Amino acid sequence: MSDATDPIAPRASVFAGLRLTWTAIIAGSVLLFWFTLALIGPWIAPHGEAEIISSTTFAPIGEGGILGTDKLGRDVLSRLIYGVRTTMLLALVTTVISFACGVTLGFAAAILKGWFDVIVSRIVEAFMAFPSTLLALVIIGVFGTSITVLVLTVGLVLSTGVFRVSRALGYDVGVMDFVEAARARGEGTWWILTREILPNSMAPLIAEFGLRFTFSILFLSGLSFLGLGVQEPAADWGLMVQENVGGLFLGSSAALLPAACIASLTISMNLLVDWFQQRQQGETVLEKIDQ
Amino acid sequence: MSDILSIRNLRVEGRPPGGAYVPIVKDVSLSVRKGEVLALIGESGSGKSTISLAAMGFARPGCRIAGGEVWLNGYDIMKLSPRERHALRGDAVSYVAQSAAASFNPALRIGRQVIEAPLWHGAGDAATLTAQATELYRKLDLPNPESVGHRFPHQVSGGQLQRLMAAMAMSCGPDLLILDEPTTALDVTTQIEVLKAFKDIIREQGTAAIYVTHDLAVVAQVADRILVLKDGEMVEEGTTDAILHNPQHDYTRKLMAAVRPAPHLVDHVAARDADVPVLSVQNVTAGYGTVTILSDVSMEVPRASVVGVIGESGCGKSTLARVVAGLTPAREGRIELNGKQVEAELDARPREALRDCQMVFQMADTALNPRQRIRDILGRPLQFYHGMTGRKQADRVAELLDLVDLPASFASRYPAELSGGQKQRVNLARALAADPRIILCDEVTSALDTVVAAGVIELLKSLRDRLGVAYMFISHDLSTVASFADEVVVLYAGRVVEKGPSKAVFQAPWHPYTHLLLASVPEMRQGWLEGVADTAEARAASTGSVQIGAKGCPFANRCAKVITGTCETVAPPVRDLPGGLTIACHLPPEALPA
Amino acid sequence: MFRIILRRLLQGLLTLLLASIIIFGATEILPGDVAEAVLGQNRTEEALATLREQMGLDRPAIVRYADWLGGMLQGDLGTSLATDRPVADMIGSRIWNTLRLALLAAAISVPLSLALGLWAAMRAGGAVDKTMAMTTLALIAVPEFFIGLVLMKIFAVELGWLSATANTRPYYDFWQNFRALALPVATLSFAVLAHMMRMTRSSVINIFTSAYIEMAALKGLPKRRLVLRHALPNALSPIFTVIALNLSYMVSGVIIVETVFGVPGLTRLLVDGVSLRDIPLIQACAMIFGSVYILLNLLADILSILANPRLRYPK
Repeated sequence: MSDATDPIAPRASVFAGLRLTWTAIIAGSVLLFWFTLALIGPWIAPHGEAEIISSTTFAPIGEGGILGTDKLGRDVLSRLIYGVRTTMLLALVTTVISFACGVTLGFAAAILKGWFDVIVSRIVEAFMAFPSTLLALVIIGVFGTSITVLVLTVGLVLSTGVFRVSRALGYDVGVMDFVEAARARGEGTWWILTREILPNSMAPLIAEFGLRFTFSILFLSGLSFLGLGVQEPAADWGLMVQENVGGLFLGSSAALLPAACIASLTISMNLLVDWFQQRQQGETVLEKIDQ
Repeated sequence: MSDILSIRNLRVEGRPPGGAYVPIVKDVSLSVRKGEVLALIGESGSGKSTISLAAMGFARPGCRIAGGEVWLNGYDIMKLSPRERHALRGDAVSYVAQSAAASFNPALRIGRQVIEAPLWHGAGDAATLTAQATELYRKLDLPNPESVGHRFPHQVSGGQLQRLMAAMAMSCGPDLLILDEPTTALDVTTQIEVLKAFKDIIREQGTAAIYVTHDLAVVAQVADRILVLKDGEMVEEGTTDAILHNPQHDYTRKLMAAVRPAPHLVDHVAARDADVPVLSVQNVTAGYGTVTILSDVSMEVPRASVVGVIGESGCGKSTLARVVAGLTPAREGRIELNGKQVEAELDARPREALRDCQMVFQMADTALNPRQRIRDILGRPLQFYHGMTGRKQADRVAELLDLVDLPASFASRYPAELSGGQKQRVNLARALAADPRIILCDEVTSALDTVVAAGVIELLKSLRDRLGVAYMFISHDLSTVASFADEVVVLYAGRVVEKGPSKAVFQAPWHPYTHLLLASVPEMRQGWLEGVADTAEARAASTGSVQIGAKGCPFANRCAKVITGTCETVAPPVRDLPGGLTIACHLPPEALPA
Repeated sequence: MFRIILRRLLQGLLTLLLASIIIFGATEILPGDVAEAVLGQNRTEEALATLREQMGLDRPAIVRYADWLGGMLQGDLGTSLATDRPVADMIGSRIWNTLRLALLAAAISVPLSLALGLWAAMRAGGAVDKTMAMTTLALIAVPEFFIGLVLMKIFAVELGWLSATANTRPYYDFWQNFRALALPVATLSFAVLAHMMRMTRSSVINIFTSAYIEMAALKGLPKRRLVLRHALPNALSPIFTVIALNLSYMVSGVIIVETVFGVPGLTRLLVDGVSLRDIPLIQACAMIFGSVYILLNLLADILSILANPRLRYPK
């Protein structure tokens, strides 16, 4: 029973109604910083990606390079700068792949329903019946380590989750009256998907993209850390941690720095997603008891 | 001074998510004496619910009490600490919510929830309180008072659950009882027993009560005094008698005017003769999965006429509209549009068939895509059915908006920038954009306030006269249907029990169910409740609940005139009576209620 | 209700079977076959043929699958390609190390996360809740090896209180065991604690918006009772799912933790197997972890069914 206009009406943009907070600004800046560095990194890095600059290995911060040297005497700072590109690019590509597969299949299953939905859902369920890391290890174990295998594997592993989310979204939005109205009008599946369902699923999908991106970084760096991801001499943050763990006892930060970089990236992304979703959370009844 | 509750200059503010606080209750004062029932009435957004909660010193999440005094039993509870104030709830004052189904915790047994408040506030031990609760169940006329407390909420019917909530509220022996639209979610035939139970228990315990509702007829039955609210401000206050018969304020008069007279008191339009019906539904059976919702339903809608489909929740009236539109394909039976049979499946229908039959949904806001402007929402069917684009389309959109009495400037707005009534007009305009022969109206006014709904009905009438469009008008509100339908179909548990011209349906003889339905529509006459609640029919109806898929007559278990041995097992014969009336009942015509 | 449970059990069995098909099938998609993969570039046709015969690759896939599955069920996990030893022997000596790690971490993180999650829910919107939300948000975004390395740096390298390698000996006393296991168990617990806590909190908070919680609040009940008596029973289903999800999430956590702290466990074996492409070993490990995961999910679903009064007490 509503005949009053909502004072703050949700507008067309998914970003409407968001207020900037300090956390959002800081998290956004960190992401922007890494993103810029990924673009221009090679031009500003003091040394080459695999260039050995010193005979001292595991030089501490301030000696050798600005941030010290790694187990082969390479410049940690330069490798970090090169590494952001590898790390972010791989994560982005895998996330895009997972969204391309997951969203398409998920929405298709929700709209077409019937046998298509049943078959795809069963297959996805079977894949999800495995811990994702295990699934990736089996695939890599069979096909070996190469960038292509890595990207496709992680993309596949991530896409199962994206499928689940998109399918649920498709079902939720698909039963709304305005979609029914479009169906009753005689609109085709493509129109219903692109004009009715997708625009109304954007906000959760954007949030999901952020979370999957974070997850992808964690997953890829985990594999690299196990020696099963990106291979030397390429610079990748996860790989750098693996290479330099031994230096931890020699007072070197060559392992901790890339790990901290990964953390800064993923924490910022999570904070941003959290901020993006914040609108929906209001007070609870419990708080009202104290007032 | 015997005021149990006295509220002075109450101000409550609310905050939309992410927004700033705006006043929603402005400077309201009221008082309730011992044993008195004060009704707060108003439309949505009038702040009536918010005020009733403020009487407990409580504000919903997103709201806050910004000022004023709330005196309960001589103490200003707003001056107490939050802890002391909280201790009064469920002890000195208790609450009955709109939906019992949602307000009972599904994971706990009913009995435990009923005695929880007094047990917590130390009013007695579990055994004593359970015995008292059983006594309350008995007074509330609940079946199996001894064992109902052991059940879980999902094991009990909606009407019984609502009465159990009254028991839950009364179990602590409150000084003040707050009832927040306690019968709004119920069907009319269930409402009577609940209303009666509430009224009796309040009278018997001598509790002061605040009764929140938008329904004037209900107010007439239970309230001693009425406070009329609008937009969070007091409009008028007086005794029930004075407000109902001698309203002083314009707004109150407007509210009263929007209330339609009881269905059988209306001057019915005479049915028109027509050649080929626009819509003909023949022996349709439909459902979801293994459940059958509609069985063997037949009806017709003549050209440019209004056919009302009435029945209570779950009777299948919305499914009927969906079947006609093809959204839920019929399992059996024929559907004809303009004399031509159409496929049950939506995808198999030609575009002209789709264009001829348009649908308007109940929830005005969910029927409009929130991410499209009104111009796109209305423009799409123009392009889709008529290939209209550009300038021509824009002109037609303006025309359509004008047709539903909305300014042309609304074209550039988003749905969220419109009120509920305006949204429903846009929904109507979207249907009209197709130039349909028939519009399926599924409870189009049920979610709107009375005054707004009356406006939409007037619009529907004038469109029918101007454009010659026919309506299948689905509603649970008999008065609305009676006010403008040419013909009426009464559905019960997925079957047609009675149909014919309005004049014939709303006058004797009736099918026993139609009779019960008509008798249950509250009248704005004090004392009506007592007269109707004690009839044999009302008592018979309250003993059973709707059963779907019955072998014989589905109404047999609630019918006062049941022929035992026949009605439960044999499907009733469909009898044609004079005046074009059709009734499905075992009773011979002369034995039907008259 | 028993029919629902029975159906769920059968579903679990079916998933297990599907999982075994995927694990076995993965090796079949290989261009060429396992023998080629093992011998690599410098292979001769002769060696290939010998190896194929030795591994039984000349038989049809379905027969080999049946053989393999039958073997698995009887505890015959095949022979490692890399070491030529029975896989069962290799696993047997290490499985306890992994299990001990996981059990200890579960025993710490499950009760702790439930308690913290409920506590945060009770204080929703307050300073405690906000701080916890921030901390856990950061924790779930951090790779496990980062937590492991930081803990190692502080407690093993700088302070020297705890051991950086998790090797235990049978003759170790309690404190020696504690020194060895504290860091890996803590790392693993951290990894799942934050997740579980956040999800417990949001499951309960979700329930707070229900009309029956408002009703209970208007009865004057204290917060503790609202959360524990009214919200928690209804949040049980999602919470069981969360726990199962996170316990299985531990599988990936364990892999990292065993590598960081050099634990001679099952996952180290798996990772080595993957880098050496020791396919029988990978298959056996995958089956073990997969089964545990599927069983945990099964258990969670059955508990959820049992927690639902609508199913326990039909109309």
